[in-house]
Amino acid sequence: MVTRTAPSHLTARERARRTARGGSSRSVPAPLLAPALIAIAFLVLPLAGLVIRAPWGHLGAALSGSDATQALILSLWTATVTTGISLVIGVPLAWVLARSSFPGQRLLRALVTLPLVLPPVVGGVALLLAFSRVGFVGRYLDYWFGLTIPFTPLAVVMAETFVAMPFLIITVEGALRSADQGFEEAAATLGAKRMTVFRRVTVPLVAPSLGAGAVLCWARALGEFGATITFAGSFPGQTETMPIAVYYALETDPNAAIALSLVLLLVSVVVLVSLRDRWLRGGSLS
Amino acid sequence: MRRFTLTIAGLAVVALAGCSSSSSSSTPAASTSPSASTTGSITVFAAASLTGTFTQLGKQFETAHPGDTVKFSFGPSSGLATEITSGAPADVFASAATANMQQVVTAGDASNPQNFAKNIMEVAVPPNNPANVKSVNNLAKKSVKVAVCQPQVPCGVVAAEVFKNVGITVKPVTLQADVKSVLAQVELGNVDAGMVYVTDVMAAGSKVKGVAIPAGDNASTEYPIATITSSKQKSEAEAFVAYVLSPAGQQVLGAAGFEKP
Repeated sequence: MVTRTAPSHLTARERARRTARGGSSRSVPAPLLAPALIAIAFLVLPLAGLVIRAPWGHLGAALSGSDATQALILSLWTATVTTGISLVIGVPLAWVLARSSFPGQRLLRALVTLPLVLPPVVGGVALLLAFSRVGFVGRYLDYWFGLTIPFTPLAVVMAETFVAMPFLIITVEGALRSADQGFEEAAATLGAKRMTVFRRVTVPLVAPSLGAGAVLCWARALGEFGATITFAGSFPGQTETMPIAVYYALETDPNAAIALSLVLLLVSVVVLVSLRDRWLRGGSLS
Repeated sequence: MRRFTLTIAGLAVVALAGCSSSSSSSTPAASTSPSASTTGSITVFAAASLTGTFTQLGKQFETAHPGDTVKFSFGPSSGLATEITSGAPADVFASAATANMQQVVTAGDASNPQNFAKNIMEVAVPPNNPANVKSVNNLAKKSVKVAVCQPQVPCGVVAAEVFKNVGITVKPVTLQADVKSVLAQVELGNVDAGMVYVTDVMAAGSKVKGVAIPAGDNASTEYPIATITSSKQKSEAEAFVAYVLSPAGQQVLGAAGFEKP
């Protein structure tokens, strides 16, 4: 995404220095350094606080003293199912958005990516109005099949999918747009059917982005709070995910809340490490 | 490079200007009452079940004490107590249970709490009563979807007491953050029944129906109120507490269905 255009007015010496140091400029100007340091402190201090204040001596007791284990299990499996669903229905949508053209496509893209910027709690209210027992869709699910979605793990998965799937869609769509279509055309010329091209050429071509998008989607689903608590409610073992458990534990057992937060922090670090090639080295996404 | 730096500086100025203008516009009350020496603005942290009555009491108090303004933060008493002991800027705390007030007193953030009201439980059902709930005993049925407060919130504690008195085991579908969100689930028709206070059923009017709990099985909770030790508006805070305890305050609470402590 980020394109670097080389400034043309550099001195020969500066150009040599930049070449030697991999393109970066020599020093940080003071007006940028001070705000940058404030930003670093702002982002790192709270995390340090979490680590410093953690009840390291009795971490195990703090975790087992709450509904931590079942909350963690619920969070892990719902986030995983969410990612699976997003791959199955989100990737085809990404392809439709990237490769086909039809009237209203831009509007569709805007609608599909709306949950990215929509406050999750609003998503929860929207889901509630559609799928609750008296919602305009949920009413029929209840009437015809006796199926009520709120307060079930299914509601958790739906809330997470609503919020997290767009992350996968835009990642894959971006990759599809920037991928070289020459390979697909070559495959088609050689007689491959369109689905074969998709399976054997397109998917392998965007596999790295597919992986990154899936991890991003999974992490976002794991951290989902607003839409989940609004649409799915909260009951231990059923709909109380890790973030919700942290929220309520803070009222009764702060040590448990900190311990649970540490677990989520650890998971986040693992996610970041798994994405390190794409993000931590900076530069472009392609 | 120089031009770039200037651009950043320019952006920063614009951003700061944006911040200051938005912050001043969001607190009009503070800017319109510069004479803070004789009057003040106090923040009252109050249990969610007090939402209606305290909003009304606040307005009456402001009328009786011209210049004073009262702001409220309503929520679960357990959550409010945690916020106060973490340093939230409260002047008065009105809790829906003695335990949560005790937590604040033990932390040294309040002293000498006084009980000002008492409340008992009632079952709230949607107006059409889809699960045909006739008594609190029906909540034990698996087909009845029940919403209850979180176990650490006073309304959750009292609900558990009622279930124990009746001798039933209820498996709720959701544990809500406070009593008003239990009521909201009933109003939305998401659940068949919710355990709330009698005052909540009364406040909700025609949006829910109440199913009374027999006096022998019912449980109650006391509402204590106290000023917060670190309050910078101590006299206004004490005046508000006195107003809640005064006949005028008690009349508002009584009309809303609260019992005398």
